[in-house]
Amino acid sequence: MNPQRPETAAASAPANGWAIELEQINKRFGAVHANKDIDLSIARGTIHGIVGENGAGKSTLMSILYGFYTADSGTIRVNGQVQSITDSSHALSLGIGMVHQHFMLVDNFSVLENIVLGAEDSGFLKPSLDRARKELDRLEHEYDLEVDPDAIIEDISVGQQQRVEILKALYRGAETLILDEPTGVLTPKEADDLFRVLRTLREQGKTVILITHKLREIMAITDSVSVMRQGQMVATVRTSETSPEQLAELMVGRRVLLRVEKDQAKPGKTLLEVQNLVVKDDMGITRVKDVSFAVRAGEIVGIAGVSGNGQSELLEAVSGMRDQASGNVILNGDALSLKGDDGAARARAAGLAHVPEDRQRMGLVTNFSEWENAILGYQNSSDYGQGPFLDIGAAKKRAAEHVKLFDVRPANINLKTSLFSGGNQQKIVLAREMERDPDVLVIGQPTRGVDIGAIEFIHNEIIKMRDEGKAILLVSVELDEIRSLADRIIVMFDGVIVGEADPASASEGELGLMMAGINDKAAAGPGAAGQETKP
Amino acid sequence: MDLSAILSILDATIRLSTPLLLACLAGLYSERAGIFDIGLEGKMLAAAFAAGAVAAITGSAWIGLAAGMSVSLATALLQGVAAITLRGNQLIAGVAINMLAAGLTTFLGQTWFSQGGRTPPLGEGGRFVPINLPFANEVAGVPIIGPIYYELISGHYILVYIAFLMVAVTAYVLYRTRFGLRLRAVGESPKAVDTAGISVVKLRYQAVIITGLLCGIAGAYFSIAQGSGFGNNMTAGKGYIALAALIFAKWKPVPAMFTCLLFGFLDALQIRLQSARLGGVEIPVQAIQALPYVLTVILLAGFIGKAVGPKAGGVAYTKER
Amino acid sequence: MSARRPIPRWADVALLPAINLLLALIVSGLVVLFVGENPFHAIQVIIYGAFGYGEGVGYTLYYATNFIFTGLAVAVAAHAGLFNIGGDGQAYVAGLGAIVVALALDQTHWLIAMPLAVIAAGAVGGFWAFVPGWLQAKRGSHVVITTIMFNFIAAALMVYMVNRVLKPASTMAPESETIDVAGRVPQLRQFFSFFGYSPVNLSIVIAIAALIGVYILIWHTKFGYAMRVLGQNPTASRYAGISNSRMIMITMTISGALAGMVAINEVMGVQNRLVLDFVAGAGFVGIAVALMGRNHPIGIALAAVLFGALYQGGQELQFVIPGITREMIVVIQALVILFTGAMEGLFRPALERAFMLFSPEQKADAIAASTAKTES
Repeated sequence: MNPQRPETAAASAPANGWAIELEQINKRFGAVHANKDIDLSIARGTIHGIVGENGAGKSTLMSILYGFYTADSGTIRVNGQVQSITDSSHALSLGIGMVHQHFMLVDNFSVLENIVLGAEDSGFLKPSLDRARKELDRLEHEYDLEVDPDAIIEDISVGQQQRVEILKALYRGAETLILDEPTGVLTPKEADDLFRVLRTLREQGKTVILITHKLREIMAITDSVSVMRQGQMVATVRTSETSPEQLAELMVGRRVLLRVEKDQAKPGKTLLEVQNLVVKDDMGITRVKDVSFAVRAGEIVGIAGVSGNGQSELLEAVSGMRDQASGNVILNGDALSLKGDDGAARARAAGLAHVPEDRQRMGLVTNFSEWENAILGYQNSSDYGQGPFLDIGAAKKRAAEHVKLFDVRPANINLKTSLFSGGNQQKIVLAREMERDPDVLVIGQPTRGVDIGAIEFIHNEIIKMRDEGKAILLVSVELDEIRSLADRIIVMFDGVIVGEADPASASEGELGLMMAGINDKAAAGPGAAGQETKP
Repeated sequence: MDLSAILSILDATIRLSTPLLLACLAGLYSERAGIFDIGLEGKMLAAAFAAGAVAAITGSAWIGLAAGMSVSLATALLQGVAAITLRGNQLIAGVAINMLAAGLTTFLGQTWFSQGGRTPPLGEGGRFVPINLPFANEVAGVPIIGPIYYELISGHYILVYIAFLMVAVTAYVLYRTRFGLRLRAVGESPKAVDTAGISVVKLRYQAVIITGLLCGIAGAYFSIAQGSGFGNNMTAGKGYIALAALIFAKWKPVPAMFTCLLFGFLDALQIRLQSARLGGVEIPVQAIQALPYVLTVILLAGFIGKAVGPKAGGVAYTKER
Repeated sequence: MSARRPIPRWADVALLPAINLLLALIVSGLVVLFVGENPFHAIQVIIYGAFGYGEGVGYTLYYATNFIFTGLAVAVAAHAGLFNIGGDGQAYVAGLGAIVVALALDQTHWLIAMPLAVIAAGAVGGFWAFVPGWLQAKRGSHVVITTIMFNFIAAALMVYMVNRVLKPASTMAPESETIDVAGRVPQLRQFFSFFGYSPVNLSIVIAIAALIGVYILIWHTKFGYAMRVLGQNPTASRYAGISNSRMIMITMTISGALAGMVAINEVMGVQNRLVLDFVAGAGFVGIAVALMGRNHPIGIALAAVLFGALYQGGQELQFVIPGITREMIVVIQALVILFTGAMEGLFRPALERAFMLFSPEQKADAIAASTAKTES
């Protein structure tokens, strides 16, 4: 296939004209060229998708359009007029509204106050609020977007909050609406509702720009789609004329072979068992609801699911980091006490190693040197000094071994870890956790933000651990990663295990349905999915 | 205790809570905007000195007040530059401001007036005089209501009335105006404010300016209303009590008034108890002095209710990514 | 992801504080000029007063002793990400521990009384910081506000204790009984006549020991490692199995105990009794000292001597130039805190740019290049 270049797509003006035209946009953040000579034209009254991997430059581009950043060079035309968008209020006045990935709402304000904020009519609030209430009523009916104007934001669901964001933009007269990864936090039902709203918006003549990395959504709802890769716009095509395979190839740049070479698993005795685990998050909301499963020696159990369905909390509870958990976590036959805020130390002592989902927030102290991070979590081990004292020499020696074994570059143990690339940071964490010869390895998003070369290396290391007889619990939002690594797949949805699947036989569609909370097998035969689905 | 004794304690309560209230409301503006202000004390002290010095020189209380407000405003802006523009540590900025005011007021006072850091006593016109409200003298003889009106409500400095008026004004501004909406928003979620096209920096500076002006009135109250001239470390930690009151009032204007009245009452009681005993039990006067602080600690620890400050408080705003 | 390059370490630990100090001195100099005095003369007087003769040096070291303790107190807490603003109150109540032990044992020998008083003062000062630490760890109230409140509670408590409990019936002045000579911490002038009549005493040995001890604690123990992890990233410390709540409580206790050592210097070494307000703001000077000393014992030692010199020189200044009172020193101190602590943004970016201009082949560049290569 030969994808159309953006210029050719732009050549013939659409019936309704262009809503937005970007020409040769450039933006640098220091050494990073986040947007490079971007051309993009979006027809009025359409839904236009922008896809690309994390860090491809999608959000930066949209932030430029929304006036959050200013481009280093390039031209922006809105409705055919050249504009230099200096700030968000300017963008709003041009009819460009944005729904950010992380909502820009004041949590302890009412819906109405949030809608009025920044769009007040005068110095006094009452007239603005009254007008907004009426206008909101109209918008709600016109676009079928129901929300209670007096509800406080922190009391309503994420889906409702997103509606408030959309209403906020519409209230400000947005003609073009940018949505940044809107479904990342939504349940499938909420996502469906959102798509229905977006279609209504299109019918009313609004232009929608949808930023996502989920190809399924692109195929389902957009009219045309642009692909970004490493800061560049690589193609713009009509959705009806493309396929997920083609888009994926454009996104990654080459055909990805995620299949990992591995032998059949030879599971041994159970090393990790989770019984009736219930976990609450920091806000006190129950995120894991009565989950039970087991991982045996020599197997990889993958937990699949849309991000935010309780996987993170599950990982943290199993590794001893959550004291707001109840139920049992049994490591090597012994129950792990979940009380107290040093459970991670007890889990490690019981033979568990944990590669966290977010290495910068959790797995590393980025301001520490490489060698200091090489002992994180194992700082009290007698390997690193007798009694209360820290044997820096021993720590450095171990760090040097890690660096060599996992080919960390640059091979400088005195360097701050913040100066390493994502892949090398991940290797530092992996080296530390794997090298202690744990019985159980709990690993979250092993290749998030990691370059291709390192992905293969990391995958092979995980398989190697399995073949050495470790029990491995893998959580990843990348379904492909789960399918290629796991020996068994457990699908989580809304804090509950929806079902279990064999990666060899389960189809992507089947897994996708389960990730949306639908398990046909469970529906067909009661008890098929075990106790996990009980209410 | 008879009515006149009670009235005199309550009268003292009003007088003592006035500077607390002004400083507390001052702090409310900046903290609601997301800037922790432990520098209320310093701003008040600087204002007290400036007001005392200028009133002594010019012989005008009003010019003294203006000077106090200007100096406090300048101090607040300095703090603003550190906290908002340079995104420095707001707590440390407050500590520095308090220390700077303590040092400079004494130093300049001694250098200029050579009276051990005091400013010269104020003559006629240099000091605010109590205002007798209409009919105060006429109704004074009426039982109960008369003395209450005459003693308690009438006969205060104009700054007292301004302070209590400011409670209503602040409540109105905070909940009924565009500025108030934005102020509350910027302390909770500056990002939401920024993406709504409002300048976070401008808004926070506006808040800091109001804080400066109100602290200025509070400071002036010490030296040219309550007292006659500035004395060393005249504010004596009242800025910290105001901060405690602000927390105790959960950053709300009307509760702030009641908290300041309570703390003022404790202060009045403490002064009175210096020579008296309460029944047969002796309560050390120091225990009453420490009570506002103890109460605040207990409240902060969530033993009685829970004080949760503005969410974005203490953090300078930086656009992400 | 701003590609701000870090400045070299020496510039961070030495040049930047020096620039900020210079700025504080310049501003103070302008104030001096403003009141019609000669700032250069003033500086001369300060330097001579602080270092020009033995007694001056002695006084400088006496002040520095206090500031080392309070500076370390702030620094230890800072390494764990806590801002202990209550050094003043902790040092103040620690006086109770010191005086009780000193008076009880003043018929024995200072070699017995002093170590026990150190423990007692440390325990009381530590307790006064432990409570705010406990409140933050278990109840979520912020140590900054709580320690401020505790300063005032301490002040009220001490007035009560001194007047009602410790004051002998025979005296009018609000102070405790005097410690007998045998129980006092010896002053250095007993060994070196060089120090004239200055009050510098053997507490300075404890201060030096504390400097070394804190250095070892922070960089050479497992506890110190855990403390620093917590200070840098509380989520990572949780991940590493470190009990954040326990760390906060222990760190605050250590911090308070260090501040409490001021009581040994003052109560047992100088005043020989417990007097009101003996801390005299040393807790707040500690903030300036820790900020300038970059929370490192060597830096703290230097900064403490600097502030000791300013305090002693300022005392002298008052006599030589009556137009300048010692409060000028508080102004300098405030400005140092302001510039190093709150207005760091004033010079750091400029310095970063300057280093980028003048040393293009900085390490950071090489690193960026090599990491870029490994990626792709």
